Amino acid sequence: MKPVAFDYERPHTIEGAVGILSGNSDAKILAGGQTLGPMLNLRLVQPTLIVDVTRIPDLTRIEEEEDAVTLGACITHAAIEDSRFADPSNGFLAEVARGIAYRAVRTRGTIGGSLAHADPAADWLSCLLAVGAEVLLTGPRGKRRVALKEFVRGALDTELAPDEVLDGVRIPRFSRKARAGFAKICRKSGEFADAIGAVVHDSDRGVLQLVAGATRGQPILINGEAEGLGASFPPPLEPVREKLKQSGLVGDAYELNIHMAAIKRAIANAQA
Amino acid sequence: MTGQGIGASLIRKEDDRFMRGRGGFVGDLRPAGMLEVAFLRSSFAHARLKRITIPPFIRSRVFIAEDLAGVAPIRADTALAGFKSSVQPILATGKVRHVGELIAMCVAPTRAEAEDLVALIDVEFEELPAVHDMLEGRKPGAPLVHEHWGDNLYLTTEIDANFEAVAAKAKTSVTRELRTARQVMSPIEGRGVIAEWNSRLGQLVVTSSTQQSHIVRAGLAECLGVDEGQVRVIAPDVGGGFGYKGILLPEEVALSWGTRKIGRPLRWLEDRRENLTAGADCREHHYVLTAYADDEGHLLALDCVASVDAGAYSAYPFSACLEAGQIGSILPGLYDFAHYRCRTYSIATNKPPILPYRGVARTGVCFALEVTLDALARELRQEPSDLRFKSLVRPEQMPFDNIAKRHFDSGDYPEALRRCLDAIDLKAVRERQRRGEPDGRLIGLGIAMYSEQAGHGTSVYAGWGIPFVPGFEQCHARFTPDGGLELRVGSHSHGQGHETTLSQVAHEILGVPHERIRLVHGDTAETPYSTGTWGSRCMIVAGGAVASACDQLAMRVKRIGASLLQAKAEDVRLESGDVVANSGRVSVAEIARTWYRRPQELPRDVDPAGLEVTAGYKAKRDTGTFSYAAHAAIVGVDLETGEVEIIDYVIVEDGGVLVNPMIVDGQIYGGAAQGIGTALYEEMQFDSRAQPLGSTLSDYLLPGFTEVPEIRVFHMETPSPYTRFGQKGIGEGGAIAPPAAITNAVNDALKDIGAELLDLPLTPRRIGEAVMRARPKKSAQ
Repeated sequence: MKPVAFDYERPHTIEGAVGILSGNSDAKILAGGQTLGPMLNLRLVQPTLIVDVTRIPDLTRIEEEEDAVTLGACITHAAIEDSRFADPSNGFLAEVARGIAYRAVRTRGTIGGSLAHADPAADWLSCLLAVGAEVLLTGPRGKRRVALKEFVRGALDTELAPDEVLDGVRIPRFSRKARAGFAKICRKSGEFADAIGAVVHDSDRGVLQLVAGATRGQPILINGEAEGLGASFPPPLEPVREKLKQSGLVGDAYELNIHMAAIKRAIANAQA
Repeated sequence: MTGQGIGASLIRKEDDRFMRGRGGFVGDLRPAGMLEVAFLRSSFAHARLKRITIPPFIRSRVFIAEDLAGVAPIRADTALAGFKSSVQPILATGKVRHVGELIAMCVAPTRAEAEDLVALIDVEFEELPAVHDMLEGRKPGAPLVHEHWGDNLYLTTEIDANFEAVAAKAKTSVTRELRTARQVMSPIEGRGVIAEWNSRLGQLVVTSSTQQSHIVRAGLAECLGVDEGQVRVIAPDVGGGFGYKGILLPEEVALSWGTRKIGRPLRWLEDRRENLTAGADCREHHYVLTAYADDEGHLLALDCVASVDAGAYSAYPFSACLEAGQIGSILPGLYDFAHYRCRTYSIATNKPPILPYRGVARTGVCFALEVTLDALARELRQEPSDLRFKSLVRPEQMPFDNIAKRHFDSGDYPEALRRCLDAIDLKAVRERQRRGEPDGRLIGLGIAMYSEQAGHGTSVYAGWGIPFVPGFEQCHARFTPDGGLELRVGSHSHGQGHETTLSQVAHEILGVPHERIRLVHGDTAETPYSTGTWGSRCMIVAGGAVASACDQLAMRVKRIGASLLQAKAEDVRLESGDVVANSGRVSVAEIARTWYRRPQELPRDVDPAGLEVTAGYKAKRDTGTFSYAAHAAIVGVDLETGEVEIIDYVIVEDGGVLVNPMIVDGQIYGGAAQGIGTALYEEMQFDSRAQPLGSTLSDYLLPGFTEVPEIRVFHMETPSPYTRFGQKGIGEGGAIAPPAAITNAVNDALKDIGAELLDLPLTPRRIGEAVMRARPKKSAQ
């Protein structure tokens, strides 16, 4: 199938993009196009205007701060996989990037596009929830910084307003001793996951976060402190299983099994 | 030996253009003035068409059934007793019978604009209850796909070979109910058609991604009501077929009609969504199979009821009953036993027509039989291979007529199994199972065997009475004036490498250098008639025809050469492309130059037929060759997630004399990859309204590089006594056994926890749930 006819704009500034979006309620932002492309072709979306943000220099920026690194939204999975910038995560982001779809997809797909789409089976969403990332949004009413866990409201559902651009992702720096693990269970390599497990343990910063992704809604974030998992690593699994069951988002007994398996593998990867 | 004839692993001639992206496929062709076609397809599986509303401003670019005056529907009947005929309209009329059925043809300068037209048409449907499952379709009161039939059965067949006598003897029996999924054939290139009218020749020229240009030509002429002479069908490079491209499509008929109506060339390129939801269904079988044995495990009898979900229409030319008809004849496998009963049902449902896919019914049959034999072995507490050795047809029985009247031409089945067990190292696997795995997974070993009937011809298909019964296969061969050789055959290559292998056959006889031999194929205007490429037949029949034509050319060049050398014709021989006599030698190129350009030097009594011949060929016995193989798989099963890893995979194959062993290996690898798809991944599910639940390749999973292990292939070469060089057809075999071997391996892994998988594909969920079901049972005991 082929897309319906649409207009195409390619702004060179974030403000320019916001201006175009403000004037058109039926526009779609094109970043890597790895999801939007097929959706256009299948006519699942039929926008009248495509706003291509890939030529906005600010969207490929890297900002280093003492406690965080901000990646522009149009940084590709491949750039992260190849560690083309100072990595805040002791190699964790590169490891996750390496497992996203296929290299051809990673060459074009972007971290910001993935988060804005908020597919529950997407790798970045689960990974960056565990990491405790924030997203930066720019709109006609100015800029705002939103914790990723607040940004994602459900499957394919986010805080992003139609006239806003997700312009960056702020990733806290891991301490030297931090460990993190990621695992996904999928039918074949490169496919969407049936279950994702992600874990970040950083005792220096007092962080223990687990995520079960590829659920029937938004990924389930389990904060070790809030859930009373204690400070030791690996954390006890029975409370995690209970939490997943209670969420109502992991489906039947088999799905609970594979989500727990993914979390166990993520923990094992963090220890390796 | 020049190293270019039979048995040489030559690099394929085709690969230079294919590997550089320089092939020419339908999608690469764009005749001047061409318009693109998009079809409005049914969104319902079963519905009456109440009204089609087309906005007036697009009416001239949209065509529906009422516009197609004089175009006949597609009928693929068989002569089998009791067969009920279906009528497949080119564009739907009255009612639609499957999702994706064509309703309207829309024409525009680009595909996107043609799709815009599709979106403007409004169709009012009255939805009818659908037959979404073949077993439901057989029940009384089921909705009827073709009302006037009174039921949903295309055909019922029954074989009974002294079955009742077995009951007294058999001490042991096991019964299993097994099911294979509905699959979708997935060549990299989908179907594609360009139709254009050549007013100079008064001829419709159809360029189609097909395996069978001559059959498509005949089918188009029948549907359009024109002479076959008015139709030329060209198959350009074809990017995989697997059976899907052996079918006459309503799209081909619609475009052929449309191009005359509109006066412009029309092109339709199937997209993956059409392929998955409307086009290429295959494989869906259901079995209830009982195997009977004596105390020692000798197989005594099989009793089977098999059903095939044949879909809404009988596809042209192989009909809706090829699958079920094959089941009865191939279920006995490689085994020798005396009592047999098999009933089959070809059931109409509201799904796209079932089409023959690489291996056709053999993949399902091998799965049903070999998985049930493993269950029998577990029942008798025997090693599954030991059980098989007791009943395999032995080499000294060859040629062997089995209980279903198949004539096995040659081979040593027990030896293939022995070599396979050695290669996979049965003892080491059993020892590893006793030790257990450090990661907690369970390991299993599975074996499966099959034979593949290939190149069978008139004597087999006459009984079917399908629209085309293969007869003599022909090759037209000629020397060019500069000594090159042109071969013309009516079959076609859709990945098999015929340009290379048929060249090797010709080289074997004439000694013409490989690079001077060209194959012309796929074009009805340039090649002798052929039923095309299917049934693993080409190396046998087209190879045989090329050899026959080259034999005759050899005679003719020897006569001319002898004259030029002033020798007697019976005293010369053909050697490395030269005619050689005691008095000297003259090259075939020189002889060709003499025939064409210096005829004054020809002998007075030269054969005026010259250096062009058309020769026909049929095997000495045309009941087919039976290549065969033993497959063995070792798998690791994760009990929590149900994930399966193929740890090792071995194939021992006997394809007779191999013309190009490298191409044979490629055929086996590719087939086995598809078999792994059948085993573990591929499944088109339908809901209760017969809506297909997948429309992209992220819903319908195909194995990729990382899912296909390194497969270890070993060859035996038992020549067929009936073919020209002893070759056997091997094109489909790789796809036949993997589902059986992998399922047996998974069931071997799970045997101690009491779980058994009988439904394909073995998805992680099916395995995980089987484990969950088995474990509480075990703890309760």
